[in-house]
Amino acid sequence: MFAPGASVRVKDDWPETRGPVHIRTPHYLRGMPGTVVRQLGAYPNPEDLAFARPAATRALYHVRFDQPAVWQEGRAGDELLVEIYEHWLVAQ
Amino acid sequence: MDKDVPRAHHDLGGVSKFLCEPVDVEPHALTDFDKEVDALRAVLGMKRVMTVDELRRGIEAIPEAEYHRLSYYRRWIRSIADNLLVKGVITEAELRAALDRV
Repeated sequence: MFAPGASVRVKDDWPETRGPVHIRTPHYLRGMPGTVVRQLGAYPNPEDLAFARPAATRALYHVRFDQPAVWQEGRAGDELLVEIYEHWLVAQ
Repeated sequence: MDKDVPRAHHDLGGVSKFLCEPVDVEPHALTDFDKEVDALRAVLGMKRVMTVDELRRGIEAIPEAEYHRLSYYRRWIRSIADNLLVKGVITEAELRAALDRV
C-alpha cells in the first residue's frame, strides 16, 4: 500500500509484446516517476476481468506526474493526474 | 515527440499524429443503431454474459486500420459479436444468417 505523498515509479513493462492483454496503464507513463495523491479504492483487476478470469482485488491510486517530463511540452508546474493500479507502481 | 515504444495501437494518448487534427467536440445525436448496441451491451452485462472489461478488450483487439475506420458503436458491436462467438453464445453460421437477413 502507498500513502499519500509516496514517491513511486510506473513499471517500465510492456505486456503488449507478450500476447493478448488489456492494460489500463497508458504507454506514455511507463517508467515515469510520480507522486501518490490518494487511494481511490480497490477493485477486481481489469486485466483479468477482460478475459473473464478470476480477478484479485487491487488498490487504485491517483498518481500525479510532472507534465513537461511526460510530454516534453507545457509549463513548469503543469501536472497530469492519472488512475494507476497498485501492481503497476514501485516505491521510488 | 512520440516515444519509440511498443504501445498498443489503441493506446493513443499524446501520439503526435492525433495532435495535428482538430478534435470534433460537437455533440452527436445517437442513431437508432447506436441505441440498440448500447441496450444490447447493457442486457449482456445484466445477464452476466460479458463485462465492460471484455468489451474493451474486444475493441482493442480490432485490427488497427479497421479500428480507426469504425465508428464508436460499430467498434462495440464488433467486440460484442467476437465475444459472443468465442463464448459459444452464438455460432458463426447464426451470425451469417442474421446478417444475410439485414
